[in-house]
Amino acid sequence: MDPARKRRIRLVVALSAALLLSGALAYTTFNSSSSAVTPSGLLASASAAKSYQLTGKVVAGSIERKGAGMDFRVRDRDGTASVPVSYTGTVPDPFKEGREIIITVRKQGATYVGEKDTLTTKCPSKFTDQRQAGGAAVS
Amino acid sequence: MGVLGQACLLTALGLSVYGAGASLYGAAPGRERWVVSGRRSLYALFAVVALAFLLLEIAFVTSDFTFPVVAGQSSLTTPWYYRIAAAWATQEGSLLLWLLLLSGASSLAIFSVRGRMRDVTPYATAVLLGLGAFFAAVLFFTASPFERVAVGPADGLGLNPLLRHPSVLIHPIFLYGGYTLFSVPFAFAIGALIVRRVDAEWIRATRFFTLTAWLLLGTGILLGARWSYAELGWGGYWAWDPVENASLLPWLVGTAFLHSAMIQERRGMLKVWNASLILATGVLCILGTFLVRSGILDSIHAFVQEGNTIAWAFTSLIVVMTAGAVYLVVTRASDTLRSDARIDSLLSRESMFLANNVTFVSITFVVFLGTFYPLITDALGEKRALGPPWFDDYIVPFVLVLVLLSGIGPVIAWRRSTPSRLWRSLRVPALAGIAVLVLGPLLTRAEESPLSLAMFALGTFAIGTGLQELYRGMRARQAMTGESPPLALAGVVRRNRRRYGGYLVHIGISVMFIGVAASTAFQHERDVRLTPGQSAKVGGYTFTYERPIARIAQRAGELERIALGSRVRVERDGKLVTVLRPERAYYPINAPMMGAISRYFEGNATSEIGLKAGLRRDLWIAEQPDIATLQPIIKAGDKVFADARGDLTARQRGDFLGVALGGLVNRYRTSEPPGQFRILVSPLVTFLWLGALFSLAGGLLAAWPEPGMLRGRVRAGYAARLAQELRRA
Repeated sequence: MDPARKRRIRLVVALSAALLLSGALAYTTFNSSSSAVTPSGLLASASAAKSYQLTGKVVAGSIERKGAGMDFRVRDRDGTASVPVSYTGTVPDPFKEGREIIITVRKQGATYVGEKDTLTTKCPSKFTDQRQAGGAAVS
Repeated sequence: MGVLGQACLLTALGLSVYGAGASLYGAAPGRERWVVSGRRSLYALFAVVALAFLLLEIAFVTSDFTFPVVAGQSSLTTPWYYRIAAAWATQEGSLLLWLLLLSGASSLAIFSVRGRMRDVTPYATAVLLGLGAFFAAVLFFTASPFERVAVGPADGLGLNPLLRHPSVLIHPIFLYGGYTLFSVPFAFAIGALIVRRVDAEWIRATRFFTLTAWLLLGTGILLGARWSYAELGWGGYWAWDPVENASLLPWLVGTAFLHSAMIQERRGMLKVWNASLILATGVLCILGTFLVRSGILDSIHAFVQEGNTIAWAFTSLIVVMTAGAVYLVVTRASDTLRSDARIDSLLSRESMFLANNVTFVSITFVVFLGTFYPLITDALGEKRALGPPWFDDYIVPFVLVLVLLSGIGPVIAWRRSTPSRLWRSLRVPALAGIAVLVLGPLLTRAEESPLSLAMFALGTFAIGTGLQELYRGMRARQAMTGESPPLALAGVVRRNRRRYGGYLVHIGISVMFIGVAASTAFQHERDVRLTPGQSAKVGGYTFTYERPIARIAQRAGELERIALGSRVRVERDGKLVTVLRPERAYYPINAPMMGAISRYFEGNATSEIGLKAGLRRDLWIAEQPDIATLQPIIKAGDKVFADARGDLTARQRGDFLGVALGGLVNRYRTSEPPGQFRILVSPLVTFLWLGALFSLAGGLLAAWPEPGMLRGRVRAGYAARLAQELRRA
């Protein structure tokens, strides 16, 4: 067989294999992923059989530490809808009221139980409008 | 100072735009003066940006709070070294740092190649100045650090306590240094493709910058990992967080390029791969810079507010860079990028490098998919996210292949080898690897994690190959010179820095992966609540909470933080191993309306972990103190200070606050409070840091100029100038 033709066939086979593997990866990945939702999304349609990656802000005054774990409420970033979360595991240093968090939860009855060590707190925004730091703006 | 700073940014923008235009115009024959003008614009850009950065640092060091960037990140009690670092803790300051490093690296690169590659350099200069223009425009129009207010606050908010750690102080410099230095080979690749340059001179000319970029970016990533392990209270060093991944992506592709470029230099092959890899690296560097300030992905590091306009600017730049790169590679694939030779055999060094490229690109694809999965699925209708276990499942097998290739690649013959020849070259390290595979389960619990056992075996094999090559080189030189082994080794390394630096890097990377495998698969972890006197057994060690500890830390005469923690005794088989003192540090929030005492517990808190590192294992402990018993005292103290607000001078208030806090910490010490502890016993974590040091040393060695290289460059420069003068005569 002509060497150039051989090379072309090899390239086509390699690219097809790469495409197939990528497709298989994308497909199997779907089953390993969790739905990323907000509190209002959870309230609308949460199922006890699935885990969800919940993003929202910790409601002020809602944190109750109970032994090794704690309960708190998470609300929408720009809203008031909130859900109760019960969590046991590593609590990140920046965690406090008003901070934005990400946590993987499962519905158990009326509450959402956080999976161990899935609580992440977003660092408080460094890249804010620096005028918030104080002082009157220059006109 | 603000006006001068703004003027510097505007001048930087003007110089970048002019210089890029002059360089492009001067690319045509006979317009050498415009090329020189473009080059000088680049040098001037660096000078102007350096001045702007100096002005910003002066504002920070002198605590000029009329600059909101200063007030937001620094304070009167912030130590001077944190004040300097706080300059790049802001969006504005970090972008200015990026521009400073870009203009510096570009100036050095263009200076180093002046008189050479006269066809490529103008385009490379234009690309670098184009990037400079982008950052200068973003700074001037949307993110200037030199905006001021008429009246600044009396004190600033101070640096986030989480950032008060040596690793994270310098982490951005290394990351941005890596990103900006990778812009140099990126720009020269663009230039070479535009002029349809078929040789590898642009690779050789920019090799120092590529290696240094790889070194700096790798160091930046490792500094972040070290900070995560030693400062944060979760005990890990890598979480597959989107912004961590964003810095890993260009490093992966850049590493592939560094290897693959050798094939083009030696045999004129893999040109399409090399062009694609370095162009992808450049784009991914901008993507990494973009992700951390875009807010498009949920991440611990996503530092941005909604409605950030620079996200659109970065997106446009990434689209333009990607489209341009794809266009150039596709249109040059059939001529400029045609390989000079073919792969002769699957058992050859060329094949191993190709397999290396495929593996690195596969890892990059997996990391990219996992990172952007929420965005992709959101666009398709249902936003979904992937956690760390997914990344581990798909990446670990590829990493095993990489470690295997790192053992075979350096020794297999060019063009064609045979199984028997390969076995002869590799049998000692291969037998060492097989020994680990067989003996590992017999002597340890390694069989509980087959993937970890495979990593131990392959890592041993790769380390063995590296050591074997060092030994062979030393012996060969000894045979020629009769030198002692240390002198022979030093001599052979000195004359072949790139090769032996590479061996050291491979050894270091394998040591790192052995550490990662062991500390991940065989870690003992326990979350436990203890009261004073109680113990917990973890991984064969007994951790006993002896007593609470508490202290107040002062800085510059001010109360900086309260630290509450424990003294924990660690024993094994009844013998004392160490005493650990985990603490939680409470920093006050700068909020005048909050209670005088409670503001210490409503602000930021950081874990000060207890760590005993060792070659075989690390003992790690973090504590969340239970301050419930202090709450009534805190509330009562707030009321006392609130009632006495008008009756005390500032001095009296400070004195009474010190007494009150002193009483509070005494109460903590005597009340026998429980604590929530996270305890980890992790084997071979130190291998990760040691391996990192070996790799960095190897990278430094490989990047270090060869003896005579500087003389050669100077000679080449003079030769080019002479040729120029003769042409004019």
